[in-house]
Order: sequence, then C-alpha cells, then structure tokens
Amino acid sequence: MNFSELFKQSNQLCKVSPDGKYLATCVQYRLVIRDVSTLQILQLYTCLDQITHMEWASDSLFILCAMYKRGLVQVWSLEQPDWHCKIDEGSIGLVSSRWSPDGRHILNTTEFHLRITVWSLCTKAVSYIKYPKACQKGTDFSRDGCYMALAERRDCKDYVSVFVCDDWHLLRHFETETQDLAGLEWSPNGCVLAVWDSCLEYKVLLYSLDGRLLSTYSAYEWSLGVKSVTWSPSSQFLAIGSYDEKVRILNHITWKKIAQFDHPATINNAKAVVYKEVERRTAVGSDDLSLHNITIGTTLFNTQSKYEICPLPVQIPVVKPDPDRANPKIGVSTLAFSSDSRYLATKNDNMASVVWIWDMQKMNLEAVLEQTSAVRCFQWDPRRPRLALCTANTKLYLWSPAGCVSVQVPTEGGFQVQSLSWHGSGDSLILLGKEQLCLCFMDTDQEDKSHAGTEDLRAAL
Amino acid sequence: MGEWWTAVPTETSMGSYEISSISHVTMSPSRQNNLMSMYSSAGLSKSSYSVISAFCTEDNIPQCISYISQELASLGLSSTCIKASSPGGAGLDTVPALNAMYELLQIHRRNMCTLEELEKEQLKKSNTLEQMQMSNSRLKDQLELSIREKSGLHETERQLHLKIKTLQSCLKTEKDEVQKLQSIIASRASQYSHDAKRKEREAAKLKERLSQLLVERRDKKLAIDVLNSLGRSDGKRSHWKTTKVTASHEDEMYKSLLSDYEERQRALMLENTELKKVLQQMKKEMIHILSPCQPSTRGATAEDSQADSDGEEKAGDSSREMLDQSCEHAREQLTNSIRQQWRKLRSHVEKLDNQASQVQNEMESNNEVIPKEIHEDEMEKMRCEVQQCKEFIHTQQLLLQQQLNTSFDDETAALLNDCYTLEEKERLKEEWKLFEEQKRNFERERKNFTEAAIRLGREKKAFEEDCASWLKNQFLNMTPFTDRRSCSSSDGQSALSIRSEPEMRMSSTKAQLAKSLTYATVSTPKPTQSASVPSTAELYRTLRLMPDSRYYLVT
Repeated sequence: MNFSELFKQSNQLCKVSPDGKYLATCVQYRLVIRDVSTLQILQLYTCLDQITHMEWASDSLFILCAMYKRGLVQVWSLEQPDWHCKIDEGSIGLVSSRWSPDGRHILNTTEFHLRITVWSLCTKAVSYIKYPKACQKGTDFSRDGCYMALAERRDCKDYVSVFVCDDWHLLRHFETETQDLAGLEWSPNGCVLAVWDSCLEYKVLLYSLDGRLLSTYSAYEWSLGVKSVTWSPSSQFLAIGSYDEKVRILNHITWKKIAQFDHPATINNAKAVVYKEVERRTAVGSDDLSLHNITIGTTLFNTQSKYEICPLPVQIPVVKPDPDRANPKIGVSTLAFSSDSRYLATKNDNMASVVWIWDMQKMNLEAVLEQTSAVRCFQWDPRRPRLALCTANTKLYLWSPAGCVSVQVPTEGGFQVQSLSWHGSGDSLILLGKEQLCLCFMDTDQEDKSHAGTEDLRAAL
Repeated sequence: MGEWWTAVPTETSMGSYEISSISHVTMSPSRQNNLMSMYSSAGLSKSSYSVISAFCTEDNIPQCISYISQELASLGLSSTCIKASSPGGAGLDTVPALNAMYELLQIHRRNMCTLEELEKEQLKKSNTLEQMQMSNSRLKDQLELSIREKSGLHETERQLHLKIKTLQSCLKTEKDEVQKLQSIIASRASQYSHDAKRKEREAAKLKERLSQLLVERRDKKLAIDVLNSLGRSDGKRSHWKTTKVTASHEDEMYKSLLSDYEERQRALMLENTELKKVLQQMKKEMIHILSPCQPSTRGATAEDSQADSDGEEKAGDSSREMLDQSCEHAREQLTNSIRQQWRKLRSHVEKLDNQASQVQNEMESNNEVIPKEIHEDEMEKMRCEVQQCKEFIHTQQLLLQQQLNTSFDDETAALLNDCYTLEEKERLKEEWKLFEEQKRNFERERKNFTEAAIRLGREKKAFEEDCASWLKNQFLNMTPFTDRRSCSSSDGQSALSIRSEPEMRMSSTKAQLAKSLTYATVSTPKPTQSASVPSTAELYRTLRLMPDSRYYLVT
C-alpha cells in the first residue's frame, strides 16, 4: 500500500473522471485537474465563486462547477482549456446541478424546487420541468443513460415522470400510490423503478419501465418505515433498510421478501466472524503476532490498533436515540452491495460503530466489524469483494473474505479520514479529510496478500 | 286378731328359694286387691301366687317362723324377731309380727314409689334420647349439605381465580400494545411536527423571496453564455421532434423491456430444465429404491410402478420431444409422478418404521414378561460362562500354539512324543509293580493276622479246657460222681481233638440250646488244625468260646 502526499481540497469535492485517468479537486474557487497515476497537475481552472458542487461529464471531457449561492454553473473542457461556458439561473436561484447521462445537458434545480431547467450545451436550448418533488432522491438516471425518472408532486399527489434522455421527451407519467414519495431508483438493468414512501409509512412500489405497477411491498404498519433502499448490481435483489433495524431482501421474480437480516445487540450466530478493533498505546516493538491477530500491517505500518476476533456471544454497544426527536438515529441507514452481488454491507444507526457484512449466497451474516468510533463511510471495491471503511480517525480499514486489516495512514499532523471513494479500477482509494485528501495505491501484490490473508505476510516477516 | 299371717315374698326371694308349701293367704279384700294388683304389676304369675299360699301350712309353722325370722334378719329389718309364742307352738308373737309386717309394707310402698319414679325418669330419658337422635340426624344432614355447598363454592372460587389470571394477562398484553402504539404515535407526531416546521420555514423563505423579488424589480434573467456550441456526444445530428420520433422512443422502450423479459425467461427456462433433470433423477432413484424393497407386494405395486415407469418414460420422451408444445402437461405429469413416488417412498419408510418399532416393542414386552432381575442375573451368568469359555478356549489355543510351536519338524515331534509316552509308560509300570507288591504284602499280613488270631483262639480254648478240666477234676474229687465223670471227661478230652466240623457245629448249637440247662455239657466246639484257612464265621465261633465255657461253668 502506498500513500500519496496530502493535497488540499475543499468541500470534499474530489472526483475521479469516469475513464479513470484524471482526478479533479476543488480548492476554494479553483478547479485542479491531476493525473491519477502521477498526481501531476494537468489543468487549473478558476471559477467565479467558491465551488459548491463539481461533477465530471460522462465522456470525461467536461467538468461542471456549480456555485449555488451565486446561482452560477461553469463548465470546463479538458481538451480545450480555453473553452468556457457559464450558466446563470438568475433570480430564481440554484439548489442543485447535474449532468445528463449524455454529457451534453445540464439539469439545474431552482430554489424551492420550483422547476428543473434543462440546459443543452449543443443547442443552447432550455427546457423546463415543472413541479419536481423536493425529497431525499427525486431524480434518477437509468444506468444505460436512456431514461430519467423524476418524482413530481401536484395537488397533494405524487407522480413519476419518465423522460427519454435523448430529447427529453416525456415517455410516461403516472401517479404513484404513495402518501409522500421519498425516493426512487432504477434497477441496474433499467427495467424496474423502485419507489418508496417517507418514513411515516412503510411502502415500496415497483414499476416497470412502461409505468405499470408490478408489485407493492409493505412490511408493517404505523411504525417508522423505510430508511434506505438499494439494488444489487445484478438486479436480482432489492435491499430495504428500515427503522426497525432490519434489512429485507426482495427478489426480482416474485417481488416478495426472501430474506430478513436482523441487527441484534447480541450476536450469537456461530458462523459469523466478529472483528473488534482494539487500540493499543504500547510501543511498536512489543507486537506479538498470535494466531488471533489478523493484523497484516501491525509491524509494517506502525499501526496502533489491530483487529481481534471476538468469541461469541458478542455484545454490541447500542446508543438509544432520543425518542422525541424526528428522524431518530435508529435503523439501517446505509446499504451497499459488493460488485459481484455476493456481499451486502449494512450499518445500523444506533450501532454506529459497527458494520455488518452479509453473505447473499447463504443469506447469512458473514462478518461483523466493530470499530472504536462511529463509522463514517464505507464503500466496496468496484472490482472485487473488498470493503473499505473509515471512522474519522487516521486509519483506513479494509475487509475482505480472507481477513481484516487496519492501516495507519502515514501522514503528518492529524489527517482524519472523513470519507473515501474507490477508483474505478479498484487499484486506488481516495481518502478525504476535512480540508485535505490523500490517495492510497493498492499494489497488485498487496492485493494478493490481502486475498491470501495473514500467512504470506507472516512468512514475509 | 286372729293368727293370720301373710307371706310377702319379695321377687328376689321368690326366685332363689324353693318353697315347699305355702298356706293360703287370707287378707282384707282391699288390701288383697291392692296386693293382687301390685303383684300383677310386679309381674307375679298366678302360679307363683298359688305357691305363696302354699308357703305355710298347719304343720310347718315353727319352721316357717324361724325361716321368716331369718329372712327378716338377713334383710336387716327391725330387731323384733318373730318368735313363736310358745316354743314349738303354733302361735306367734303378734306385736313383733305386726311390726315386721308394717315395716315390710313400708318398704314395699317405698319401693313402689321409687319404681314409679324410675319408670317416669326412664320414659323421660327415652323421650329425650329420641329427640337427641332426631336432632343429631338432622344436624348431620345439614352438615353434609353445608360441606357440599362449601366445595361448590371452592370450585367457583378457583374458576374465578383462573379467570382473573387470564384477564390479567390479557390486560397486560393490551397495556403493552397500548404502550407500543403510544410510542408509535409519539414518534409519528414528532415526525409530523418536524416536517410541518420545515415546510413552514420553506414557506417563510418563499414569502421572503417573493417580497424581495417584488421589491427588486430588476429581474435577472437566466442566460447561458457559451463560447461555442458543442457537438452531440454520439456525433450524430439532432433530429426534429416528430411523432415518428416519439413512436420510436416508445418502440425503444418496449424493446428494452422485452429484451429484459426474454433474458429473464431464458434464465428461468434454464433453471427449470435443470430442476426438471434433477427431479427426473430423483424419481428414477426413488423407483429404484422402491422396487427391490417390495418383493412381497410385487403383484400389486409392481404393476403400478411399471405402469408409472412406463408412464414416466413416455412423459420423459414427450417432455424431451414436445418441449414447446405440451410443457404444461409434461410438467404436471412429472410433478404428479414425483409426488406419487414420494408418497410411496414415504409410506414404505413409515411401514419400516412401524415394523422396527413393533419389533422393538416386542422385544421390550418380552423383556417385561421376564422380570428384570432374573433377566439380568441370567445375563450375568451367561456372561460369566462366556468369559469362562473364552478363557478356556484361550488356554486351549495357547496350548495348541505351544504344541504347534514346539513341533518344528515332524520327526522330532514324534520322537519327543514317543519319549514322553515312554516315560509315562515306564512310570506307570513301576507304579503298578509297587502296587502289586503292596498288595501282596497286605495279603500276607492279613494271612498272618488271621493265623495269629486262630492260634490265639485255639490257645485260649486250650487254656479254657484245661481250666475246665481242672475244675471238673476238682469238683469230681469233691463229689461222689467223680469216677464216672473223670472217665467221661477224659474221654471227652481225648475226643476233643478228633472231632470233625459238623459235629463241632452240632455240639456248639447244642451247647447254645442248653444254655438254660444247668448240666455241663461234654462237648465243646473247637476248630481243628485243618490245613485250610478257617472262615471268619468259625473264627467268631471260636472266639465265642468264652460264653459257652461260661455256660459250661455254671452248673
């Protein structure tokens, strides 16, 4: 594992281009384009105001930088640094801005969600979409980039509009049976749209591409409902995380629940492996690698924490949320499938320092990672079943079916990993701190080691 | 006052004494009546009354007087004894007699009174007893009733307790549910209030914005400032929006949907065929398992299974051939046949289970017939026997092994065997010799002993004879018959030795017969010096010399 030096960034805006060659970071009002492998600055653009949002176009040739306060969007071209484009929303304000899948249109959502303005960079034409809904996830593009689903609310009713991204032609417009639509998401194969209700009612609706209602799923009534929804990459499963601390898996043939994953405070499942992060303050030299320690990087990287396998049963620290407050910190808020749909990683908000990993083949708990502090972010490697997570400290944690690793990020002075994202090839990780970023390069032999587990490293030692 | 006296027999005295005769009682009529009634009430019969009158007659007056005075004295009455006016006379002292009578009357009256009182009391007591009994029975009934009532009340109380418990648990569950619902309501309420607040804030912002815009007047128009238009990402020219285009969009959408469905269907078909294959295999295996296990019911089930298998084969063929056409039928057939086979298999397994359990039960019941202890004892014995047998076999084996081990070649083995047997034979011979010798010695000694015994007997006899002769001589010398005797005795003596056995025997028997006789016998039995060994009977006889001689001696 190699770590780059720290670079400045602001607003956690740091994205790798879709083709994986470039890394774009924003530093206040500047946009810095670097080469991913060498980290050399290739381009430098200056925007009119502090950049609040930055996004690569799908063809990796253009970048948009949005400044919400000013209501401005600026688009830069990599090939032609002289080329410029500025979109001014005027007095109507700007709340969000994004590319369309073809990389030639920009969708701006105005303040108060009054309308969505579709700017075409080819024709300079403008289209408006009225009554977009202000909700958790109101718009979603299908993976192939052909269609866009938009949630609308008219006359106290929820509607979904399906647009053809080619020419923004409204393909379908239908009413949904939700009380208060909270979000929608296309399945990876683009044929099914999952629509879910707000937390006051547990309801997940499944619509086919042509607007027919395929199925409705509701696990229970009255208690707080759906908190998060995600599709598996193969479109086989739909995972629904809810406030009752459970994840329910629906299958794509019958749209019925085939599995339910609980997050109990006491783990008794004999087949699961519980890794507990244990911090030590002792000096480096006194490390002893007993069989129970699966620290690959203990002596190599001067880590001060290691994972220990805990014997069952294991008690997990639970933080009871305030019952009077809205949107309580309880329930499964984060779900992520691995790229091969083999594993599902979940996080339960009242057990914030624990990440649960489920095996989708056996429909069983595979591993539990208990950290010393609350988990901030976790993401699967796009190529292989490897999970990277961070807990806002100076360490990076990796889990794979072979084992678990805690890696100290070797940087000076308080670089705390707040979030991370994988490079598309799965060879490197971008670690974002408050105002800095760091790249972590996984070596190919390191990758083998992490697959094989501890034996090779111990032999190497 | 005439001499008239009454006999007032008491009941007790009547019962105990034998009254020979009582004179007739003459009394005043009223008194007589009273007396009569009293007597009748007292239970005296007429016969006894006549006996009372027959107590005293003219003849036995003094006796009567004395008797009566004795009675009075015994009863403890007044000291005035009834005396005769003149001793031996028929008269009676009137004064003491009257006093005595008066006392007796008083006593009688008193007795009557007490009797009356006693009777009254007895009546009363019997009445009260009856009353008590009635009340007792009544109270018992009441008690029973109340006990029954009590048990009934207990029962109802228990049921009510149970009911209370169930109701309490229901109440608890209801309370829990109410609490849960309350918490849900609370969370929903907080969520609603939060959303409402958010919306209110947004509305306020909107209002502010609106007012700001109204005030501002200068409307910043939205505009795009691009250096140059970009080409489309796919490089094509953009098209006009026409109905064809919209139709094509629809087509595209449907195409994508259809392709997805087709893909899914393909996958499902693959899965289906795989599962069908698995089912077929399972069915075949089930048939295979079932057919050899049912030899007894081959007649009934074999036909079915054959029919089924035929059907299956047909179905299999059909399913293979006409997949597209009659998939439904094939599937149904397959599933039905699988279900049938499975049912058969299950019933078969159940039968086996039943059999096994029956056998087990039988075994258990057999065990129950024999009491456990005996069974265990016998088992123990058998185990011991088995152990012993095993040990025996083991030792035998060892010995055999030894034998086998030691016999390296046949010759040496044979030789060794011969050596062993020879040794044994010789030893045996020696021992036989010893034995023979010992036997002979014993015989010899026995012979000697017997000879010695005979000699001893003879010597004794001789000695006795000598004694006898000497005594005889002595006697004869004393008596006048000595001459004759001496001759005969000498004859007898000289003839002693020549006697033959039968004569001896006869003489011995004669001697025995003549034991009561006091004359001396001449003959004495004696064994001769025969060359043959004398028999034991003769030995004893010779030893009996002593008693004969004794008899002989007693003359």
